[in-house]
Amino acid sequence: MSEHSGHTGHVVPVSTYVLVFFALMAGTALTTGVAYIDLGRWNTVVALAIAVTKMMLVVLFFMHVKYATGLTRIIIICGFFWLGIMITLSCADELTRVWEINPAGWGGIVPLLFHLF
Amino acid sequence: MAAHGAHEHPPGFAHQFEDMAQQKEAGTLGMWAFLVTEILFFGGMFTAYTIYRELHFESFVTGSHLLEVKFGATNTYVLICSSLTMALAIRSAQTGKRKGQIIFWLILTMILGALFLGLKLRFEWYRDYVDGIVPGINWAYHGPHAPGVQMFMCFYFFMTGVHALHMVVGLGILTVLVIMTARNKFSPEYYTPLEISGLYWHFVDIVWIFLFALLYLIGGRY
Repeated sequence: MSEHSGHTGHVVPVSTYVLVFFALMAGTALTTGVAYIDLGRWNTVVALAIAVTKMMLVVLFFMHVKYATGLTRIIIICGFFWLGIMITLSCADELTRVWEINPAGWGGIVPLLFHLF
Repeated sequence: MAAHGAHEHPPGFAHQFEDMAQQKEAGTLGMWAFLVTEILFFGGMFTAYTIYRELHFESFVTGSHLLEVKFGATNTYVLICSSLTMALAIRSAQTGKRKGQIIFWLILTMILGALFLGLKLRFEWYRDYVDGIVPGINWAYHGPHAPGVQMFMCFYFFMTGVHALHMVVGLGILTVLVIMTARNKFSPEYYTPLEISGLYWHFVDIVWIFLFALLYLIGGRY
């Protein structure tokens, strides 16, 4: 188990893997079931929350990040942080734009241009 | 464990490293650096999806209802099973089990991966083609929000297509791992190729978890 006795890396018990497996299966059943219940806008929130929970289970146990060093964790956190920047700033730009309709209509502009030149 | 020269090295040990633990750490770290680029690669598509969904909300809900939850859910179960078998393959190597056992779990992982692709092709993409909801190839949908639904289906085929491509690459990697295992390349001291290929396989599983939620479910099915 220790690094110096030959083994490298933490050996996760089979029971942990099986437990995580059943949690993932249950999560999939739950998220599928919830989609058939009308929760309004909360459907999206619940679906994403369950997906993130499933991701955390896979990352921590199947991908051994629970037993990883700080250096590896920093790299992973950086990745998700940049993903957060990409999504947040793109949405902040795109979703706060208001496309005002010209009250006079664009046709009103043309005589104005003729007047100018 | 043949001794060569004055000191003994475990098999698979590269001389530039202090010890096996440092070597494994370097391999894991490098793989995660690659996976971070993959997170941002798929993240770009997820970002575009989020924005277009917001701009064409009704169309995306309508488009989502063209997909069948039962196939998406079945494939999610299949991939979760394959993640478990992959984890068990690595554990078998870690605990020094017979190579037959490692190969058994690897082949089972490959079968589940191939099953995913088979279901995807036969019951989803092929049926989509027959039903005429493949943009640019066979488009026969003239219901409500047709242009927006076409946009949704473009996202669907692009995202699931790139994901399936990752699965195919994963199957190639697993084939190499089976050969390496058969040639006694791995031991409890050295199994880094198994470990980092496992990271890749689990990553592809995670991408599907999000694709399933985003493409099939969040429109609601009530």
